[in-house]
Amino acid sequence: MTEPLWDLITRSLWPIVGGAVTGTIPLALSSFVIGLLIALGIALMRLSKLRLVSGIARVYVSIIRGTPLLVQLFVIFYGLPAMGILVDPWPSAIIAFSLNVGGYAAEVIRAAILSVPKGQWEAAYTIRMSPAQTLNRVILPQAARVSVPPLSNTFISLVKDTSLASLITVTELFRQAQQIAAFSQEFMVLYIEAAVVYWVICLALSSVQSMLEKRLDRYVAH
Amino acid sequence: MSPTDDYLVQVRGLRKSFGENEVLKSIDLTVNRGQVVALIGPSGSGKTTVLRSLNGLEIPDAGVVHFAVQHPVDFSTMPTKKQLLQLRDRSAMVFQHYNLFPHRTVLQNVIEGPVRVQKRSVVDATADATALLERVGLADKRDAYPFELSGGQQQRVGIVRALALKPELLLFDEPTSALDPELVGDVLEVIRELAAEAWTMVLVTHELQFAQHVADHVIFMDGGHVIETGPPSEVLVNPKNERTRQFVHRLLDR
Ligand SMILES: Nc1ncnc2c1ncn2[C@@H]1O[C@H](COP(=O)(O)OP(=O)(O)OP(=O)(O)O)[C@@H](O)[C@H]1O
Ligand SMILES: [Mg+2]
Repeated sequence: MTEPLWDLITRSLWPIVGGAVTGTIPLALSSFVIGLLIALGIALMRLSKLRLVSGIARVYVSIIRGTPLLVQLFVIFYGLPAMGILVDPWPSAIIAFSLNVGGYAAEVIRAAILSVPKGQWEAAYTIRMSPAQTLNRVILPQAARVSVPPLSNTFISLVKDTSLASLITVTELFRQAQQIAAFSQEFMVLYIEAAVVYWVICLALSSVQSMLEKRLDRYVAH
Repeated sequence: MSPTDDYLVQVRGLRKSFGENEVLKSIDLTVNRGQVVALIGPSGSGKTTVLRSLNGLEIPDAGVVHFAVQHPVDFSTMPTKKQLLQLRDRSAMVFQHYNLFPHRTVLQNVIEGPVRVQKRSVVDATADATALLERVGLADKRDAYPFELSGGQQQRVGIVRALALKPELLLFDEPTSALDPELVGDVLEVIRELAAEAWTMVLVTHELQFAQHVADHVIFMDGGHVIETGPPSEVLVNPKNERTRQFVHRLLDR
């Protein structure tokens, strides 16, 4: 006998949301934060006058953008152990997603830095700020404003992409749905349920994005 | 002017090229303490490049910039970071397009240098900044963001931001040329007061009437050369050189 559909949906909602709270969200958040740090480093390297430095950064971005995320994830999870480096599923996933965000966000941050007028660097220099101070206090705050929309997209993509971590046995939203689906044989219902939960998370993120944009826009004319 | 005058900065043989384009072809100039030097000349003659070289924003290919007491910086070899910073310490630039920091309030723009660079206390720097803003009639705009100000107000903040560092030399690059005509007066008035207080400055300007009133010394540049120098009563009223004469007459519409 099969249980009523509604019961299945409510019974499975808790584990699926649980997978989001303990898997998807922390995975996405930590990878995003680490990824942004990598991206900032790569973006600054890309802007370096030293050919070698900018060249390395360019190759990095090219590899990340030119290969599938799933392949990157598998290289780290299955490839590293072959070289004698054992990595657990969670760290593997965080490493792979961080490196991936690092590549994509680097281009966003680089473009945002370049979008700040040259006069801002010069104004900072004429009041004798150091290049690091100029970057921190003058350029990056202004670059942040223009990069919020594209970085939000990166983050939203990342939240969805974390479902790939289910393939290396990380217990997150989608893997929870898969397991319940396999057990109950109600694939359609559970995958739609998982889709709805992703959708709700992304809707919430979009509204956070608009709030952030408004906040960062407070000092420009409309 | 004799070389024994009390000079603040002396420039000798300054050269600068951008690619094939030789923009400065051996520029000499001297600015004495307390003097207002007006730098005039047609568009593209290299005026901005001279100012930027004085402030270390541009690195000349050759020539010597010598601020009094300090070691001369000879650009025929690449200057060290330290040399550039020492050079920059002596002057501050007021830009044609103000270049205020848009994400910071007026007060924050002004105290950024004193607090972050000169490591003065926020309280001290704020007190000084407030007094300076009051002087230029902007005390009530302290907490406004630049976009809330008119061009003339923004430029006065630009001037205060430069003054707050107490530089020995103020560099003005066409401070009023981006302004609507009715806003020019307020900014010129501030510059006039600074001149009266014996601030040393180099002023790039197309406002020849104003230069005539405020400058002690005028330098006319054309095509990367200094063509004529002297007191305004000579260079602006009775220029010796034909090119100067043409330029001055066109601008003064005589
Ligand atoms: N960064 C740069 N790269 C290439 N060429 C430049 C650069 N800066 C200035 N130039 C060139 O150098 C020449 C002199 O420029 P500069 O800005 O010093 O002239 P200016 O006298 O200030 O002119 P204007 O009155 O139009 O401001 C111009 O031909 C300009 O195109
Ligand atoms: Mg100019």
